[in-house]
Amino acid sequence: MHGKALPYLLLMPATLFLCVFFLYPFALVAFEAFTRDGGFTLDNFRTMAGSWKFPVTVRNTLLLSAIVVPIQLVMALLMATMVSRLETGRSTALYIFAIPLGISDLAAGLIWLAIFDQSGFLNTLLSNLGVIDRPVMFLGYQSKLTIFIAVALAEIWRATAIMMVILVAGMGLIPREYYEAAEVFGASPWKRFIKITLPLLRPSLQTAIILRVILAFEVFAVVAALGGTNLPVLMGETYNWQFTLQDRNVAAAMALFILAISIGFTLFFLRVLRVPKEARI
Amino acid sequence: MAEIVIKQVAKRFGGFTALHSIDLTITDQEFMVLLGASGCGKTTLLRIVAGLETPSQGEVWIGGRRVDHLPPRDRGIAMVFQNYAVFPHLTVFENIAFGLRMKKLPQQEVDGRVNRTAELMHIEQLLKRYSGQLSGGQRQRVAVARALAMEPDVILMDEPLSNLDALLRLEMRAELKGVLAASKTTTIYVTHDQVEAMSLADRIAVMHQGRIVQAASPVEVYRNPAARFVGSFIGNPPMNFIPATKTANGSWTVAGLTLPGPKSDKQTIEFAIRPEDVDAGNEGINATVRVVEPLGPHTLVTCDVEGGLFRAILESNAAVAVGDHLRLAPKPDRIRWFDPETTNAL
Repeated sequence: MHGKALPYLLLMPATLFLCVFFLYPFALVAFEAFTRDGGFTLDNFRTMAGSWKFPVTVRNTLLLSAIVVPIQLVMALLMATMVSRLETGRSTALYIFAIPLGISDLAAGLIWLAIFDQSGFLNTLLSNLGVIDRPVMFLGYQSKLTIFIAVALAEIWRATAIMMVILVAGMGLIPREYYEAAEVFGASPWKRFIKITLPLLRPSLQTAIILRVILAFEVFAVVAALGGTNLPVLMGETYNWQFTLQDRNVAAAMALFILAISIGFTLFFLRVLRVPKEARI
Repeated sequence: MAEIVIKQVAKRFGGFTALHSIDLTITDQEFMVLLGASGCGKTTLLRIVAGLETPSQGEVWIGGRRVDHLPPRDRGIAMVFQNYAVFPHLTVFENIAFGLRMKKLPQQEVDGRVNRTAELMHIEQLLKRYSGQLSGGQRQRVAVARALAMEPDVILMDEPLSNLDALLRLEMRAELKGVLAASKTTTIYVTHDQVEAMSLADRIAVMHQGRIVQAASPVEVYRNPAARFVGSFIGNPPMNFIPATKTANGSWTVAGLTLPGPKSDKQTIEFAIRPEDVDAGNEGINATVRVVEPLGPHTLVTCDVEGGLFRAILESNAAVAVGDHLRLAPKPDRIRWFDPETTNAL
């Protein structure tokens, strides 16, 4: 066999797999979003945007991302810095920090439901401490703020580790000599973080933020478990159109909308956190 | 005034002792080279002076101030790293300005100092570039300029030329010597390259297995090695060593030749001579020629002497062939003697 063809042959199965199970369904969804009863139309998008729930879902999703992602970023940076400094037990700490990654988002939602539920851990704890005399409904339909906070907490708990793992890997790539040079030339630990770590970590920050933002736009199961329909988000609404309202065309339009804002934010972060070729490590 | 005093500094890593109680004083504006093979502790000692490593015991004083408990930034030092450590995300200008900005100097002062040192290092046309757009030699210049811009009392250099190609190294060596002499800083320079050490140093501290074996001027280190290691490490080819047996008190037989030597209780000691300090003649050490290498200015002859190798540098017109029996007469004032047990000079 000719050596040049071999790499492409070996890549063929994976490429085919992606074409059949990703590109094809994607094309189908896109097709459905732009057609109704066999003809091309933008009606599905009009229906989607016309629904009273649409602005609420957009607002909730963006607000949730805008609060959760920055908090996670700061926490992940902190955790990654600490883990990177460890001389022994680094992998143990990494494994422990990464435990929530192994839990599905629905399970994570259920864990936090068990905490905030009317008969949950938090109520039990508070009443045992004598702070309250009867259970508080943290997640009732009137307490949208608590639901929001509970969802944010669950998301932070669940998905900070993914950012941390990426940042730890990125920090490992920064040669130690740069830190020593900065130290000798007068930089305090904080200045070293700001002047050396952050700029040199930019490629990893970019990956971590993009990945996390896309995941935040797709938040679904945690919200479903904790808020039900009290905190409508984009993904939940897509599910709603598909299964409750039985309108796959609008659901497809909704899915494309989520894809569009994901691509939009990805391009934004690619641009903002770009590292010029000559300034790379 | 920045005299550096190292007092009984030791460093242990777990069970391994990298430095055994080092005492060394480097006078103000002196160029001190720490020379030794890899793993001898020279870089560790430099890093302890820099504050990048904490000594297990001992004191470091710079300019009359005890600094071993201070962070590097409070020691009045600047450093040039082996891999240059030129920050990739900053331009050359910002790299040189880095330490000045940390000191919060006014912009005008920063501009002035950066331009001055850049000119000194001939990199003024590179100020807007990034490290990734520079050659190794240019990065080296940036690293030196960054150190000089700090106008420090002390500059520490960790094998700064080892990543350059031979020609560039020669050029930079001469330039560094000029620039550092003009800057009037005290310099500690770590290298494993003896030629570099000889050509740059006011004084060389030869290190071996975590100890300073000898600290003296280059010529002294070359001519009067304090220990066998120094003689065998410095000089290319190195010193020749031959066992000497006692014939009478103060008289020793070396490969068939009787020579006056030191008085000693020992029955055997070691005779040592540099390859260029012998003459081929009618009397001298019995040697059988094994290899003849004409090198232009002189001819390097490798011989067999009492079953060991002996190298001699002879004039290039010497008619020597493989298998010849030579009589090599050592120049009396260049003969050195070593104690085979302590390996120290007698």
